[in-house]
Amino acid sequence: MPDKRAHHYWRSNLKIVASLLSVWFFISFVCGILLVDVLDTIRIGGFKLGFWIAQQGSIFVFVVLIFVYIHLMDKLDDEYNLNKSNESEGQNPNSEEVSS
Amino acid sequence: MNVQIWTFIFVFLTFGLYIGIAIWSRAGSTSDFYVAGGGVPPLANGMATAADWMSAASFISMAGLISFLGRDGTFYLMGWTGGYVLLALLLAPYLRKFGKFTVPDFIGDRYYSRTARLIAVFCAVAISFVYVCGQMQGAGIVFSRFLEVDITTGVIIGMAIVFFYAVLGGMKGITYTQVAQYCVLIFAFMVPAIFISILMTGVPIPQLGFGAELTEAFGGGYLLDRLDGLSEELGFGVYTEGQRSTQDVFFITAALMFGTAGLPHVIIRFFTVPNVRDARRSAGFALIFIAILYTTAPAVAAFARTNLINTVNNAEYTAMPEWFSKWETTNLIAFDDKNGDGRIQYVADPEINELSVNRDIMVLANPEIAGLPNWVVALVAAGALAAALSTAAGLLLVISTAVAHDFMKRSFMPSISERQELLYARIAIFVAVLIAGYVGINPPAYVAQVVAYAFGLAAASFFPAIVLGIFQKRMNKQGAIAGMVAGFLFTACYIVYFKTINPVMDNADGWWMGISPEGIGTLGTLVNLAVSLAVAKFTPEPPAEVQTIVENIRLPGEMRAV
Repeated sequence: MPDKRAHHYWRSNLKIVASLLSVWFFISFVCGILLVDVLDTIRIGGFKLGFWIAQQGSIFVFVVLIFVYIHLMDKLDDEYNLNKSNESEGQNPNSEEVSS
Repeated sequence: MNVQIWTFIFVFLTFGLYIGIAIWSRAGSTSDFYVAGGGVPPLANGMATAADWMSAASFISMAGLISFLGRDGTFYLMGWTGGYVLLALLLAPYLRKFGKFTVPDFIGDRYYSRTARLIAVFCAVAISFVYVCGQMQGAGIVFSRFLEVDITTGVIIGMAIVFFYAVLGGMKGITYTQVAQYCVLIFAFMVPAIFISILMTGVPIPQLGFGAELTEAFGGGYLLDRLDGLSEELGFGVYTEGQRSTQDVFFITAALMFGTAGLPHVIIRFFTVPNVRDARRSAGFALIFIAILYTTAPAVAAFARTNLINTVNNAEYTAMPEWFSKWETTNLIAFDDKNGDGRIQYVADPEINELSVNRDIMVLANPEIAGLPNWVVALVAAGALAAALSTAAGLLLVISTAVAHDFMKRSFMPSISERQELLYARIAIFVAVLIAGYVGINPPAYVAQVVAYAFGLAAASFFPAIVLGIFQKRMNKQGAIAGMVAGFLFTACYIVYFKTINPVMDNADGWWMGISPEGIGTLGTLVNLAVSLAVAKFTPEPPAEVQTIVENIRLPGEMRAV
């Protein structure tokens, strides 16, 4: 792959990672810890919202985040023709190479 | 049939299963032994990662800790799951592309330095060893309570099983036994939780029962409101409100997240899948499998706490059910009738309180407290053993690969053959099992606490070094080495200072900026980052071939940067 395309691929990758990590930070640290008392004033059924996010909701969001990441990265790989599924990729751990 | 016979049946069946799998999946090469030949399907790897990750601490202790911490217990829940987001987005795909055997392998090659490799070996062994001792203790508690053998015998049985399949099968044997262990442990965790949820709220999904109304028999009203009321009445503080300072919760959560992403036994699981796509997928599957237990745990914590208070508070001591006296014999429950009225006063005030309950028994005793059938109680014992043994095996493998592969083969004896390396790996597991077993039988007072600190140490040493190695092409060996040493020492010194040198200061007023030793790993991570970046700025950039390695691990597939 020419340098330029590799560079573009990496930039897009960083954008995806950065946006997903900001959601990760927001839901866990902002909603689950810093603003938990404010959110607790909202009640949904038997839960205070802040307490629920801290103890359960954030975990569901984490799962969703990883699957969104898988989806976005698959799309990006296809765009750049980096998609070679069902086939061993990268260096095969079997090959005994000495490099240090 | 009584609990003990049921426990024997379950333990016998599950152990038989693990041994069968071990014989079926013997390792033939170092690649089999270290990374299961790199051919584990992502779904299986997700399950194995979940079992590898969920230890005796997750299964036995966590729900109990949360039931005593209330909302503050959040840092375990978010910390030990949020770390997977970091692992999936920042580490797993790139490390798989790199495609070697161990974490010190990555550090050593990326930072082109034997010193860096050896520091990584030291950190990996120290972190894993601290962690494995806790697993052996967990197995010991289960054996002694449910099979009524003494702890020594219990630990020896556990050691023999782990030794058998870890030595025979290496990573391959461990992976497939972990898949089986995941199934056992999640079934054992969910069945009692579902039963109790139906019993108390009529809702069969514990995640929802957590926010539902109690049945008439339990007095009605929302479970959490009821629990808040009971806790406040007894002086424990409102369950859904925090007692710890916000900054401390923040720091502990972050330390557990960074630590999760930096734990070598979790990272190496992603070397076992066929390619980069599968590495991403298996991180997702792993978190789903973990989330099933982790979203149930806070519900179990609330059920258990409510039930415990309902059962014991102000009740006649002589009217206590059978489980009470059984746990009394292990000294994990203790009753001291201070006012001599024959009733149990269970309150926050230490002057009046008459009951002490060890947090570790909440999950184990919960089915008994709720009066569930004997087979469910026994199932929990088998699940706890699966959790402890699966994690112990993963940790022992890290220790053995670090010693045989990174220390001997890659650092000092590059000429040894594959067969010799395999032999050294097996000897290293053998020695590690013996030491871990010894520590499990004779636990030093601090082991249980130290397990929690393994996270801080992993966060402050590995996490920044690996992330910078991938995302910062300019990072060189001087920066990485200085960062790892500074982060590790800073964190270790802070913990040692408050835990052994000056324990009187170990409280919110004595801590620096209100950060407890559990949370200091976050600061250690920042110290590592800052030192690495600063040192790298003033030292030569890494050689061209190392920069090419970095460009290559950023691209999935066979494509290489030119």
